[in-house]
Amino acid sequence: MSIDQEMEEILQLFFEESLEGLDTMESGLLTLDGSANRETINTIFRAAHSIKGGAGTFGFMEISGFTHSVETLLDEMRNGTRGITPDALQVLLQSVDVIREMVKSAQAKQPIVMVGATALSGELLRILAQKGAPANSAAESAATNLPIPAAVPAAPDAPAAQAAAMADEPDASEAAVSSKSAGIAVNGNPPVGALEGWRIVFEPDLSLFKTCNDPMRIFDELANLGPLEVEAHTAKVPPFGELDPTQCLLSWTLLLRSAAEHARVAEVFDWVDANSKIAYEPIYGAAVSAGVPIPPAADLPQAPGQRPMTSSDVPAAQPASGKSGGESGSLRVATEKVDALINLVGELVITQSMLGRFAEKYEPQDIESLRRSLAQLTRNTRELQESVLQIRMLPIGFSFNRFPRLVHDLSRKLGKKVDLKLCGENTELDKTVLEKISDPLVHLVRNALDHGLESPEARLAAGKSETGTLELNAFHEGGSIVIEVKDDGAGLNKDRILAKARERGLVDADAQLSDENIYNLIFVAGFSTADTVSDVSGRGVGMDVVRRNINDLGGHVQILSVPGRGSTIRIRLPLTLAILEGQMLRVGKEIYVASLVSIIETVQSKREDLSCVAGRTELFKHRSDYLPVIRLYDLFGIEPDSRDITDGLLVVLEAEGRRVAMLVDELLAQQQVVIKSLETNFKQVPGLAGATIHGDGTVALILDVPGLVRTFLERQSMQLGRAA
Amino acid sequence: MTEHESAANEASASASPDAGDEGASQQYLSFFLGGQEYGTDILRVQEIKGWDTVTRVPYSPDFILGVINLRGAIVPVVDLRVRFALESAPFDTATVVIVVRVAGARGERIVGLVVDAVSDVYSFSAEDIQPPPEAVGTLDQMYVLGLAKLGDKLVIILDIERLVISSVLGDIKAA
Repeated sequence: MSIDQEMEEILQLFFEESLEGLDTMESGLLTLDGSANRETINTIFRAAHSIKGGAGTFGFMEISGFTHSVETLLDEMRNGTRGITPDALQVLLQSVDVIREMVKSAQAKQPIVMVGATALSGELLRILAQKGAPANSAAESAATNLPIPAAVPAAPDAPAAQAAAMADEPDASEAAVSSKSAGIAVNGNPPVGALEGWRIVFEPDLSLFKTCNDPMRIFDELANLGPLEVEAHTAKVPPFGELDPTQCLLSWTLLLRSAAEHARVAEVFDWVDANSKIAYEPIYGAAVSAGVPIPPAADLPQAPGQRPMTSSDVPAAQPASGKSGGESGSLRVATEKVDALINLVGELVITQSMLGRFAEKYEPQDIESLRRSLAQLTRNTRELQESVLQIRMLPIGFSFNRFPRLVHDLSRKLGKKVDLKLCGENTELDKTVLEKISDPLVHLVRNALDHGLESPEARLAAGKSETGTLELNAFHEGGSIVIEVKDDGAGLNKDRILAKARERGLVDADAQLSDENIYNLIFVAGFSTADTVSDVSGRGVGMDVVRRNINDLGGHVQILSVPGRGSTIRIRLPLTLAILEGQMLRVGKEIYVASLVSIIETVQSKREDLSCVAGRTELFKHRSDYLPVIRLYDLFGIEPDSRDITDGLLVVLEAEGRRVAMLVDELLAQQQVVIKSLETNFKQVPGLAGATIHGDGTVALILDVPGLVRTFLERQSMQLGRAA
Repeated sequence: MTEHESAANEASASASPDAGDEGASQQYLSFFLGGQEYGTDILRVQEIKGWDTVTRVPYSPDFILGVINLRGAIVPVVDLRVRFALESAPFDTATVVIVVRVAGARGERIVGLVVDAVSDVYSFSAEDIQPPPEAVGTLDQMYVLGLAKLGDKLVIILDIERLVISSVLGDIKAA
């Protein structure tokens, strides 16, 4: 592997870790909304610090520069010299976005656009300039969680923060630091005089370089705090020939003359992993020299002459072959590979079913054992298939994770109070389904916030608590995944929807619609009851896209709503797009597969249930509805057993909220089928969603029910047009 | 995959008829359709298989017989006899499907071609192949790369790529 490649890998690692760090910062900042938790601020601070350090190391000065101001602000919050104001939090959240953009640009090898950063830097500086009243004015302890007006200069939020600041004294910090990293020991000598400096014994783990640490950088950073004497211990270094340059065999004793507090010194070693031994020994004494002023680390020129050793014989860093523990145990697999595997397993299933047929045909003596082994094979293949499909399954949490931020931003913008509840984040579904459902979910959440939940005043007036609840819930139900977006807002206003629909001519003035039908009107393209168009919603685009996306995935949307109590939008989706629960249908000599979820029921029709409108459109009376009859043989040009509707079976199908009755000759077995694309080698065919392979190796075509309905309606309007 | 790709690259590199390489000959698979012998670049041919049941696909032109399962891939089958407006021979055990791989706009496609019988493999160099005349029987000139003389026989070299893509995608030029 060349140096360039190695460097590239290290860079990618930095990008990944930075993006992860930004996610940590974001989720941390969102929880800070409620209460100030010192550990949370520390976590956020560490993430920012790592990003700054990494960006500096790799030469992304824009990122490190900007992150530095963010870090400063966080540091002040951490030390309790600054309160946690909603204003500051908002700026920090925006900063996270800006840094994320910068990291992504850097990752894409594009120039880093500074527009957002420059604008926000001004904001950051403004906040930093509002040097909050010193932390000791405890009278101002605005410890409540109520938003503090932005104009009030960052008030300290709790005496607790002060106490925390005090905890930075060396003796008290022991517990805090050792809880962070077990490998770092603190020698808490009782203070004798003023803190004068630190003796640090640094015995790094052999893998120091592999964790992307450069001792030189650490020492430079320390030197920024004050004069530094470095003593390197080379006892463990073998003769040159036996030297493994990837291992760190050196240890150091460092003498730092600085009054910097323990946390500030330990911070320099933040990146060093827990297996390295670091001992801090504070040096006290009758003041020999006045404490060296501590300028901001980043601005100080590097102290010359302090370099502990040459680095020429030790490579600065190694690609992290295995990232240190604490990974989520997830696996990144190229989708193509997995697809190929699914294909192979599908084949295996087919082979097995072919074998099964032989076993049924021929019956020699040992047929029983053959059957037993076939049963075994069946079980094996099924298990294999299931486990392979699992590779593609991801928890829906990946999609839910973005909502706390979205809800936070939107509720601020809309002036509403929202409590977001996420349930069933670990419910797994296919990666493709997950990716395609994310955007519709965002639409639904935005809608629920904008239209569903009322303003705090309206809620109080309605006798509800000021804070609305928005619940995202996911669970498995019989081979599907159900995702619910539930709010306890005002519910859908049936009368208003109906009035609007009539106004727009979507519904006849005297038409009687069921609640469900009325609710479904909101899915019509261009439909909106919002009085004003905001940048959140109200343009009437969105809900139709939501339904189309969900239908494309073979799913359904259902709306439940109780006036004054809230509404629930329930999405039902197949767990995977690779396999379909299919119903085999026969028309003449041809066999088609329809998705089982689109079939409502199958009925044998009676003459009196059938009627004809305008001499052309045939209608079938199903319960209280009249459904248009699709003659599949007519649509696909097949020679059927019979052209009489009462001879065949009517399959009631639902697609895009519309029901139709499809005439077929016979219902065959229900079967799980592996979906194959027709387009790969052929082309898209109207009314067909793909193909699958029968047990005997022949091909069966899968019906695209929504497409079929569209094709049917187009044909009909064409015929009507011709007749007119 | 890489094997296929390299095969395809080779194919496209050597398929250009105006490659002025003197003496460099190329192999062609020939087959019969209605008594006439046709040839195709052998590097496009993936396999030759016997006739099997096809599944008819609605809304397809009549020369698309349907689709077959080729080890897990759904592959359309074109009846070249219908495509060339020739008299259709009955489907029997001698009926053969030539499976070809062609590069389309959206990647490689695998397509089956039904012919009367597979004949031979010939080597032609560039100068053996003459440019096609205005019309070759019922076949549009755009699907013909050239004519190769072999003794007193005439082999029509097809531009299989163009022929297959136009057939499968259905933008039917008068055949």
